[in-house]
Amino acid sequence: MPSTQLKPNQVQWLKAALFVLCLVPLGRLVWLGTHHGLGANPIEYITHSTGWWTLTFLLITLSVTPLRRLTGWNWLLRLRRMLGLFAFFYVCLHFVTYIWLDQFFDWHSMVKDIAKRPFITVGFTAFLLLIPLAATSTNRMVKRLGARRWQRLHRMVYIIATLGVLHFWWLVKKDIREPLLFGALLGLLLLVRLIYRMRKADAPARPAVGSQAA
Amino acid sequence: MLIKRPNPVPPSDITARGVYWNRRDFMRTGAVLGAAAGLAAAGIGIPRAARAGTKLSDLRHSALSTTGEELTPLKDVTTYNNYYEFGTGKDDPSENAHKLRVRPWSVAIEGEVAKPRVYDVDELLKLAPLEERVYRMRCVEGWSMVIPWVGYSFSELVKRVQPTSKAKYVQFISLADPAQMPGVKLPVLDWPYSEGLRMDEAMHPLTILCLGLYGEVLPNQDGAPVRVVIPWKYGFKSGKSIVKIRFVETEPKTTWALANPREYGFYSNVNPQVDHPRWSQARERRIGEFSKRATLMFNGYGDQVASLYAGMDLRKYY
Repeated sequence: MPSTQLKPNQVQWLKAALFVLCLVPLGRLVWLGTHHGLGANPIEYITHSTGWWTLTFLLITLSVTPLRRLTGWNWLLRLRRMLGLFAFFYVCLHFVTYIWLDQFFDWHSMVKDIAKRPFITVGFTAFLLLIPLAATSTNRMVKRLGARRWQRLHRMVYIIATLGVLHFWWLVKKDIREPLLFGALLGLLLLVRLIYRMRKADAPARPAVGSQAA
Repeated sequence: MLIKRPNPVPPSDITARGVYWNRRDFMRTGAVLGAAAGLAAAGIGIPRAARAGTKLSDLRHSALSTTGEELTPLKDVTTYNNYYEFGTGKDDPSENAHKLRVRPWSVAIEGEVAKPRVYDVDELLKLAPLEERVYRMRCVEGWSMVIPWVGYSFSELVKRVQPTSKAKYVQFISLADPAQMPGVKLPVLDWPYSEGLRMDEAMHPLTILCLGLYGEVLPNQDGAPVRVVIPWKYGFKSGKSIVKIRFVETEPKTTWALANPREYGFYSNVNPQVDHPRWSQARERRIGEFSKRATLMFNGYGDQVASLYAGMDLRKYY
């Protein structure tokens, strides 16, 4: 049974394993690409897949804290940065696919797209907002900002994930089941946080134990 | 399944024959795929013409066929489909459409006609000489293909049923059987799928009653056994697996317009100047090509169809 604490080298192994696991979606795309497995519209497939994994990694990142509270496995927190950065990694792939393979660096039409197409507006905004989060993910940045400011900045992930879901919702022609599912899961993860905050507000004050970004 | 040589082709059809010999590899793949699908779907005693991959013979070359375009490989035509009755993913129809029983199949002609009747699809196969019609197909989503359909002008059927003066529109109703079509169990769209044309659009020589593609009967996922194809409109206008054709006085309700009236109109002519509310229609991705290309007005058939819309504001009648 996993304990609430892990030895340092156990965490290292876990992080290494997780790193490899997080690259599997990309590896799968590469394998499919080299085996004619991307279908008749490969660019569409890659765009959809990288977007889907961005949302998925965002949701996984957002489930770390509720899971940690539920299980008491504090070491989960040590994995969150990697998961968040992989969300950023996949959104970068998604964005590069759009500007390169889809639009061929046609900046004029891209600017028009971003301005005129709501689903692209929210998608592009979510991407932009994720950049400062990625940039401030290092230990040094945490120290520079201080715990409170860092935490406030990184709470932006709630907005980012919401914009991501909207982006997906608004690009689907009719079958909104998948965006709906992502939205429901996101709603659940945010609700869980809200409940926790309300409970904490009611509970008598206790000395915090090494709590940083909760 | 035996791969037979096509019947000897008259000299006037040299181009078509060249196409066929070049496409032999794709046909072979299609025949194998078709044989597999046929084996899966076929019961005992299904007529030859019904089995997937069955060749259609004595195809005529048509002057109305589009030239100068590279055909989309059969593999893409049969694995990248929007056919929500079989699921909303692009690969769902090719995976699920084997459940479709294409025999027995009848098409009921109803409404404002002097001679309402029911046609068996095998009668439709013989109603008029089958032609190869290569057409561009542009999906409203922004991708396109070039497909060698097999059929004849829909007007051939119309003149035989003698519409009355009250017939101003034609409505096409598709099959919607939840037992055969898993997607119909979900209310993604209002089933059955309904599409329609103005009478002059239906009578236009380019509009075809379509019974095959790539020289063979229609694969299930492409709308077997009979569909309509209108090449200058977005692909969703070309109803698949038709069971009823009604001649009506007023503009019929069409499924996508019902689903989202702001986004999909009755006319839905391919028009790079009128954007979909959520995305641009100025460019398209031709399946198989890397770069996007400019979308052509009326999908490049403006010379032949623009006159149908003279004086109409196509921004209003989208």
